[in-house]
Amino acid sequence: MADQHRTTLRHPGAQAADDPDDLALGGPEPDSGALPVPAPDLRGFLPGIEPERRVTDWGRSERIEGLVDRTLIDFFYRLWFRCRVEGIEHVPADGGALLVANHSGALPPDAAMIAKAIKEEHPRPRPVNTTVEHFFKGYPGFSMLLPKIGAVPAHPANVHRLLYDERQLVLVFPEGRKGTEKLFKDRYRLRRFGRGGFVEAAMRAGVPIVPVAVVGAEEAQPVFAQVPLLQKLTGLLYFPITPTFPQLGPLGMLGYLPAKFVIRFLPAVRTDDYGAAHPRPWEDKALVQTVAHDIRATIQEELYDMLAARESVWLG
Amino acid sequence: MPSRRVLITGLSTYWGGRLAQALERDAGVEAIIGVDRTPPKVELQRTEYVRVADSHSLIRRIVEAAEIDTVVDTRLVTDSIVTSARRAHENNVIGTMNVLAACGGASSPVRKVVFKSSAHYYGAEQDDPAFFLETMRRPHAPRTAIERDICEAEAAVRQFAEQNSRVCVTVLRFANGLGPDLRTSHTDLLGLPVVPTILGFDPRYQFIHEDDIAGCLEHVVRHDLDGAFNCAADGVLALSEVISLLGKGIAPVLPPWGTGLVTAALRRLGLRIPPEMVNQMRFGRGLDNRRLKATGYRYRYTTRETVIKLREHQCLSRLMAAAQPSYRYEEEVEEFLRWSPSVRQNAVLPGWRPSPRQLAELTKVIAAIEERGGPVNTAPAPRPAAAGVYDDLEADELIALLPSLEAPALEALRAHEAAGASRRAVLGAIDASLRAKM
Repeated sequence: MADQHRTTLRHPGAQAADDPDDLALGGPEPDSGALPVPAPDLRGFLPGIEPERRVTDWGRSERIEGLVDRTLIDFFYRLWFRCRVEGIEHVPADGGALLVANHSGALPPDAAMIAKAIKEEHPRPRPVNTTVEHFFKGYPGFSMLLPKIGAVPAHPANVHRLLYDERQLVLVFPEGRKGTEKLFKDRYRLRRFGRGGFVEAAMRAGVPIVPVAVVGAEEAQPVFAQVPLLQKLTGLLYFPITPTFPQLGPLGMLGYLPAKFVIRFLPAVRTDDYGAAHPRPWEDKALVQTVAHDIRATIQEELYDMLAARESVWLG
Repeated sequence: MPSRRVLITGLSTYWGGRLAQALERDAGVEAIIGVDRTPPKVELQRTEYVRVADSHSLIRRIVEAAEIDTVVDTRLVTDSIVTSARRAHENNVIGTMNVLAACGGASSPVRKVVFKSSAHYYGAEQDDPAFFLETMRRPHAPRTAIERDICEAEAAVRQFAEQNSRVCVTVLRFANGLGPDLRTSHTDLLGLPVVPTILGFDPRYQFIHEDDIAGCLEHVVRHDLDGAFNCAADGVLALSEVISLLGKGIAPVLPPWGTGLVTAALRRLGLRIPPEMVNQMRFGRGLDNRRLKATGYRYRYTTRETVIKLREHQCLSRLMAAAQPSYRYEEEVEEFLRWSPSVRQNAVLPGWRPSPRQLAELTKVIAAIEERGGPVNTAPAPRPAAAGVYDDLEADELIALLPSLEAPALEALRAHEAAGASRRAVLGAIDASLRAKM
């Protein structure tokens, strides 16, 4: 299914005309952050899997991921947050797909819970690649641990390779740190969805976008205040005051309150059916912004629905 | 258009020597000329070495006199272990400029330029993509001398490609090379009994085996590939994975903050961790190697296998230390072997090329035979005068000359041989090469 979507976008004829320019040495070079214009389909040349290895090319370690999953994440998923999962059938069983969710909590637990939900509830469990800020790649400790449990720096080229070439699931939080640093009083009010880069990424790869609404994460780790001075001293992204941090030291980052989690996967939005008028829809900024805005509105409305139906923060 | 007359600049580098060895085996390459400041470090048979600094006028004269169609530039210093920063800059920036100046222009016979670059072009930074594509540029300006040089050299190559659009310009960006014969900052570091790393970081590393380095260079000399290509083995390993494959211990002793100060202090103590390597040990780097693979190149080793090969070498080198005599280039001997009329035996070496004298004699013979009117299978005709020279050639000399001949000339030669001496060995060899030409 997903394959057919791709072939409509990547028309072989259109490609051939583009290639020489894209690949010429003397040609105009895109900015470092920008993705190269569609290159020839090189998916057949991906490196093979070496069965002896227990680490992927992205640095994901089967051993460490398994260990964290069996202990910490399993505990939080089953006992602490008692996650309820709805609409898991909206996550495609194969091919690339971009999961887009709301973001909250100083050290956000939502990413791990969404990944765990797919692992536990989906008929064909698939690994989820969570995009994280480049900051974490440069911070000692995080830099070592995060890639091992499935986090990938949020570079457009990384997202494209995962979605298009490796046909995997990628989870993004378009709010980024604006979502996680917001205070408790602003809970469940979605921030701006970046610059729509996630829509562009999905369109380039021709994969569907699955919006995800998460309720509970805001109450699990409410942020009461931000301390800019301490942020500067520690070199962290931000320095929040939560019920347990910084009182309990770095481990206080894991001090979550036992709020009830509800994770709802919403129907997938196709990004490859804009017709002949849009052979390269990602170049149409207006379209990208519209789709980004629609997806944000979908998640926001869904959140309000879920909150209205919620009887208790702790029992759901 | 296949390359027939190749000039290798930087013959004394490991890569230049390996490429020359590989090209020597190919009978289609008629001339291999290497220039460098220092003599070659590997044994070469038919490659001619000319001692030239990076002077563009001298290289230009060689290029024009030898009608060079392909220039392979393997000179680039990509590791500050090799030489001082100032000399590396001279070599990388000024040297590249000179080599390119010698290749460009409307009157130049050069049709292809291969430039060996390095993945340091991309740098290693916090906001890098996980896999660099050839079209990507580094997100920040280079911070170390070597990286600056490499970027400047590539800019010069890019400009050359724009100005000489009929020349096929190939740029190869190599990942860190590993192998028994290579000595780089990384082989030094990984050769330590306990490998120091930066606390809190486990960078992703991609290597390329030395055989694949030579293989990639040979591949692009054989095929006309325009543009830049990443050369790196399949698979990206975490540094911890590399170290455990090598069976060594990890010592996260370098502090995450102030790493530069500590490595500077370690340098005084004898442990050299050059600045361009510190960034790699922190952030790592991965390359997308698929573009070169799509042109038909198959890597012999994956990154993991490359590391395992290094381990085998590390185990053996302890036992075999100093057992291997190192090669030394003896100028007079090489000159004698290549050009003295007295040398006859080297004709049997594989990939041997006829000397100008022998080639001239042979063409004379063939011209004489063809004048007589093609293959003649009748009774011995009166011998043409030139045939006297032909009969002077020994059987094995003749056989060695065969690969340089075209099919009609071979047929004529066969008829002549059958009519005259009809040595069985010669006839058999002519038949064999005729079959190969079909």
